[in-house]
Amino acid sequence: MANYLLINDEQADLLNSIKEILHKELAPYVKEYDQKGEFPMHVLKKLNEAGFHSLNLPTRYGGLGIDKVTECLVMEEFAKVDAGFAFSYLTSGILFGFYEYNPDVSEELRAYAADRLINGDITAFALTESDAGSDAAAIKTTAKKVGDEYILNGTKCFITNGGIADFYTVAAVTDKTKGTNGISLFLVEKDRGVQCGKEEEKMGLRLSNTVELIFDDVKIPAANLLGRENYGFKYVMHEMNLARPVNMAFAVGIAQAALDYAVKYAKERVTFDKPIIQHQGVGFMLADMEMLTQAARSMVLYAAMAIDKGLPLGTLSSTTKTFASEACMKVTTDAVQVLGGYGYMKDYPVEKLMRDAKIFSIFEGTNQIQRMVTSNILARSK
Amino acid sequence: MNILVCVKQVPDPVEIKFNSETASLIRACAANIVNPFDKYALELALQLKEKHGGEVTVLTMGPPQAVDALKECYAMGADKIVLASDSLFEGGDTLATSYALFCAIKKTGEFDLILYGKQAIDGNTAQVGPQVAERLGVAQATCATGIELADDKVLVAREQDDCQEIIEVKMPALVTVAKLAVEPRNPNIRRKIAANKIEMPVISAADLEGIDAARLGLTGSAVKVKKMFAPPVRGAGIKIENETADNAVKALVDYLSNAKAI
Repeated sequence: MANYLLINDEQADLLNSIKEILHKELAPYVKEYDQKGEFPMHVLKKLNEAGFHSLNLPTRYGGLGIDKVTECLVMEEFAKVDAGFAFSYLTSGILFGFYEYNPDVSEELRAYAADRLINGDITAFALTESDAGSDAAAIKTTAKKVGDEYILNGTKCFITNGGIADFYTVAAVTDKTKGTNGISLFLVEKDRGVQCGKEEEKMGLRLSNTVELIFDDVKIPAANLLGRENYGFKYVMHEMNLARPVNMAFAVGIAQAALDYAVKYAKERVTFDKPIIQHQGVGFMLADMEMLTQAARSMVLYAAMAIDKGLPLGTLSSTTKTFASEACMKVTTDAVQVLGGYGYMKDYPVEKLMRDAKIFSIFEGTNQIQRMVTSNILARSK
Repeated sequence: MNILVCVKQVPDPVEIKFNSETASLIRACAANIVNPFDKYALELALQLKEKHGGEVTVLTMGPPQAVDALKECYAMGADKIVLASDSLFEGGDTLATSYALFCAIKKTGEFDLILYGKQAIDGNTAQVGPQVAERLGVAQATCATGIELADDKVLVAREQDDCQEIIEVKMPALVTVAKLAVEPRNPNIRRKIAANKIEMPVISAADLEGIDAARLGLTGSAVKVKKMFAPPVRGAGIKIENETADNAVKALVDYLSNAKAI
């Protein structure tokens, strides 16, 4: 925060409140839950009581309606304490496929979903399958229309919040013959018979809940179709395009936390009669880490500003995602290096930050896919 | 059920600094917080409201920045917040402060129950609550750790060294609150944002009919502070370690007699 100059009083106020409550309610549990690989439900309850859920829900549905820039600042603040919890908690209130730009979604369905969130329910987005990650169009889960209902069958994997969600946005094939034009989105309540499979044991973001979801003849009313039939893939691509750069605010938070710790350590740790930050080899590393973190934050907030203004992102979605995730990996790896042997030990927080960092180069479309997208846009440009 | 909670904004003890040359607190560098015991009082008030209905009003007397304390109370769930602020109130001892608060409470409304923190962590007098009760002519109980309502009575739990005492007081009553078993709730972010937009009633001395200005602030104080100083820093003590108690006692006696203490 100290590193972002263009912050207004209202944002500063909000961030201070967040810092205060996370310091009190989340920070003391991070180490324990990182070891256990578990989502701390009691922390979610405390934060919900304090009104921090669904911050970005529009005000007409009872949310705070914060803009994307503020959302990014909030995400960074959360991620500085723990990115796993941040990722689970802040996405638990995001209605995938519902937003303003999607006028196809009926007002009834929006109000229904928003209402559930305001009352503390958790939601999750189920797209990925074991054979469909970055090539999301390869999903095999089907939704078959029978009378007034759709019947869902298939298995989703790596679903963030899958195990704790009360309802889901699920992508399923409605017309096998049409490829990307044959996928639709559905709102599926858990109590319609969605089963949770195994909970993933992850390298990082261990406070987030990630599970397999099984749909075995799950029947939902036809009114739960989100928007238009067979338009699902378009909605997904559009929303992912906007979410991708914004979600890198978590990576910025991780990088900032690693940098802060490394700087503190380098000022205290003395070798050859001086603090190691005074040794050029270490000092320059820290300077590079600072550059990368500042640059990543700038890109994320620049993309967020463009989204707030409704501007087309062009290459910005993929480039921001790729740059920020790789900056985060480099900064956390170097933080471990600055701390030397201690950095490698679990008694110090930087090894965890390095573990947390890795996923950002993988999910939301791998960085290889993002480079492909970016170069394709360049190739098409006039 | 109308409950009033009186709170005080105090310097955050974590950040407090003392200027030894001028012998005063460096206010500029100290962040301000709601007195912790007052937050317990508010928590108790909010619990009573949740159980029995009614309204919780929070009153504070202080400089204009005391508004921040009130906003925090609003964010925690208080229905109304009132600031009493006037240069005439400044510098008062407990006598002048309780007089001003008594007048401000009369102006604010009628209450079944008035709660105070048992003491403020800056002055630590624990006098203002009881004095206000006397001025209002209502029953009082101090250092409560729990309150239950029974018709027109309040059952107040108080922790003693070896037992818990439950006393009964008739309403209207004034109760001061000690540390509770539960921590005060977190401020709600939505209410916090709303607090920035609400209109805050400010009571000044001129709003209080029949108030005697000579009994306010420094002029109205019976206690005059002659001098303030930071106590000298105490050095570390010594620890006598010995294999047997007898030898340790002998070493201690030797030490004390060498120091001519015995």
